[in-house]
Amino acid sequence: MANWIPLWVHKLSSPPNFYRFAGTLRPWALVLALLLGAVALYGGLVLAPADYQQGDAYRIIFIHVPCAWMGLFIYGVMAVASFISLVWRIKLAEVVAMESAPIGAAFTFITLVTGSLWGKPMWGTWWTWDARLTSELVLLFLYLGVIGLYHSFEDRRQGARAAAFLAIIGIINVPIVHFSVNWWNTLHQGSTVRILGPSKMSSEMLWPLLTMMVATKFYYIASLFGRVRTDLLSMESGKDWVRQIAAQESQR
Amino acid sequence: MTATPDAAPILLEARALSYYRQDEPVFGPLDFSVRAGEVALIEGDNGSGKTTLLRILAGLLHVDDGELHWRGRPWRREEHLGDTVFLGHHLGLKSDLSARENLQVAAGLYGTRCGRHVDGALADVGLAGYEDEPVRRLSAGQKKRAALARLLLLPATLWLLDEPYANLDRTGIDLVNRLLAEHSSSGGAVLVTSHGAVSFLHGEPKRVRMHA
Amino acid sequence: MSHAPLAPACAAVLRRDLTLAWRRRGDIAMPVLYALIVTTLFPFALGPEDALLQRIAGGAVLVTMLLAMLLALDAMFRSDIEDGSLEQLMLSPQPLALMMGMKILAHWITTALPLIIIAPLLAGMLHLPAAVMPVLIYALLLATPLLSLLGAVLVALTAGSRRSGMLLALMLLPLCVPVVIFAAGAVAAAQQGLPWLAPIAWLGAALAMALVLAPLACAAALRIALDA
Repeated sequence: MANWIPLWVHKLSSPPNFYRFAGTLRPWALVLALLLGAVALYGGLVLAPADYQQGDAYRIIFIHVPCAWMGLFIYGVMAVASFISLVWRIKLAEVVAMESAPIGAAFTFITLVTGSLWGKPMWGTWWTWDARLTSELVLLFLYLGVIGLYHSFEDRRQGARAAAFLAIIGIINVPIVHFSVNWWNTLHQGSTVRILGPSKMSSEMLWPLLTMMVATKFYYIASLFGRVRTDLLSMESGKDWVRQIAAQESQR
Repeated sequence: MTATPDAAPILLEARALSYYRQDEPVFGPLDFSVRAGEVALIEGDNGSGKTTLLRILAGLLHVDDGELHWRGRPWRREEHLGDTVFLGHHLGLKSDLSARENLQVAAGLYGTRCGRHVDGALADVGLAGYEDEPVRRLSAGQKKRAALARLLLLPATLWLLDEPYANLDRTGIDLVNRLLAEHSSSGGAVLVTSHGAVSFLHGEPKRVRMHA
Repeated sequence: MSHAPLAPACAAVLRRDLTLAWRRRGDIAMPVLYALIVTTLFPFALGPEDALLQRIAGGAVLVTMLLAMLLALDAMFRSDIEDGSLEQLMLSPQPLALMMGMKILAHWITTALPLIIIAPLLAGMLHLPAAVMPVLIYALLLATPLLSLLGAVLVALTAGSRRSGMLLALMLLPLCVPVVIFAAGAVAAAQQGLPWLAPIAWLGAALAMALVLAPLACAAALRIALDA
C-alpha cells in the first residue's frame, strides 16, 4: 500500500514538523545554490564563446533566461499551493503560497531589468513592447496584485485565502494574456527581433544556462524555507512548540 | 414564558463548539441545545464572542472545531438557509429605500410567512404611517422596528437576534418580548444575545453562558 | 415551509439595485462626466491635428471607458457591506452566484450603459470615422460586460479588506489586458479596412465564458473574503 505518501505529507504539513524539516534542508539548498550559481557564472561569462552576432552582450541570458523561467515556475508553485490551501484549508500551503509571491516577483523584476539592459545594445532602446517582455510585465503585475491583496487584510489567514483565490484566477489568465499579446504583436508590426532561437544554442552555452536554472531552483527553496520558517514562528507565536524554540534560543 | 416540555424536538444542537481567530480562541468549547418553542439567552461580557457565535449559527462564519446539528442532522448551510433569520448590529436596511421597499426585497429573497403581508408586518411593529418614508429619515428606534418587522414577515423557524433591545424604548422592549413570546408559542426558537447581566426578557429563559 | 421561488428573488435584487441607483442619479452621472473630461484632455495634450486624433481615437475611448468603469467598481458592494444587506443576501435561501449575477447586471446597466450611449460623442470628438463607429459600439457592448464581470470578482475579493481603490486597479490590469487588446484591435482593424470579426468573436467567446464563471467566482470570492 502506498499509504505512507499521504501520511508523510500530512505529518510534514504540521507547522512544527515543517519548521524542523525546512531548518535542516535550508543550509544545504543555500550552499548548492551559491556553488552552482558560481559555476554557471564562470561557465557563462568566461568559458562560453562570444556570440557571432551579438558579441558579449548575449551573456546576460545566463541571468535573464533562468530568472524568466523561475518567474513562471514560482507562479505555478504559488497557484498549486493556493489551490491546496483553499480546498483543504492547510495553513502551511497558505504560507508557502504567500511567501512564494515576493520571491517570484523579484525573479520577474530581474527578468525585466536584464531584458531591458540587453535590449539597449540589441534594439537600441531600453524598452520595447515585445510580446515576451509585455507578458513578463503583466506577470509582475499579477504578482504585485497577489502581494497587495494579501497585505490589505487585517486577518492574515483571511488575506492569504483571498490572495490565493486571486493567484488561481491569475494562472487562468496567464495563457490568455500570452495569446492575446502575441496576437496584438502581429497586428502592430513592431521592432521585434527574433534572436533567442534554441537551435542556435551550442552546448558550451547550454550547460551554464541549465546549471544556472538548477541554481535558481535551489535558491528559491532556500529563500522560501527561510521565509516560511519566520512566518510560521510569528503566526503560531502562542503555541507551545514556538515557546520551546524561544526558550532554547534564549539559553544559548 | 411557560416551561417548554422536554418532548419538543431539538432544533439546534452544538457539541464542543469553539472558534479561533488567528489561532487565539475566541470562545469554546460550548455545549448547548435549543428546542422548538424555546427562547435562549446568550450571556457573556463584551468580547466574549456572543456575536461571533450568532454569526457562526447564521452561516456567516466557518466552524473551526466541534459539531453543529440542525434538526438532528449535521449542519449544512444549504439546508439551514432560509429557515433562519439573523438580525445583527447592521440592520440590513438600505437607507435610500423606504421601509416597505426594504421588506419587499427581503420577502422576495426569503419568501413570506403564510398570511403575512409587508404592510401588516410594519403596522404590527408600530410603523403604520411610515411605510413610504426613506429609512434614512427614520429614528434609530424606528429603524430597529423596521428590521424587527422582517422577523414577522419571513418564514423562519430559528431567530438569531444580536442585541435586539438596543436603541428601543419601553414600548419597543415590550414589542420584542411580545414577538418572542408569539414566535416561541408557535413552535419557533430564538437565540438572543444581551451583554452583561442586562436582560429585558420576561420569565426564566434558557441561558447559554459564553464562559464556562 | 416554502422557499421563495427563484425568479421573484432575482427580480427583487435587480429592482432593488436599480431603484437605489435611480435614487442617487448623481452617482450615475459621475463616470460619464469623468469620461467626457478625460476625452477632452486628449486634444489639448496631443494637439488638435485631425490625423493624429483619428489614429488614437478608438484606443483612447476604450481606455477612458475602462478607467471610468474602474471608478465606479469600488462602490459595487461597499454600501451593502456597511449596512449589513450583503449579509442578508448571503443568508437568503437563494443561489448566491445568481444573486451576484443580478447585482453585476444592475451595475452594468447603471454604469456601462450610459458610457456606451455617450461613446459615439466621445469618439466623434476625436474624429473617429463614422464608418468605424458601429464596430466601436460592438466592441464596447462585449468588452464592458466583461469588465463588469471580472471587476465584480475582484471587488468581492477585496470586500473584507481595508478599502483601497488603487489595489483594485492593480488587480484588474492583468485581467483587462486581453479585453483591451481585442476591443481596440477590432476598432483598429476596422479603421484600416481589415476584417474585424475575429477579435470581436474572441471577445464574444470570452464574454460567454465569463457570464458562466464570473458570478460563481464572485460568490466564492465573497465567501472567502467575508469568511463564510
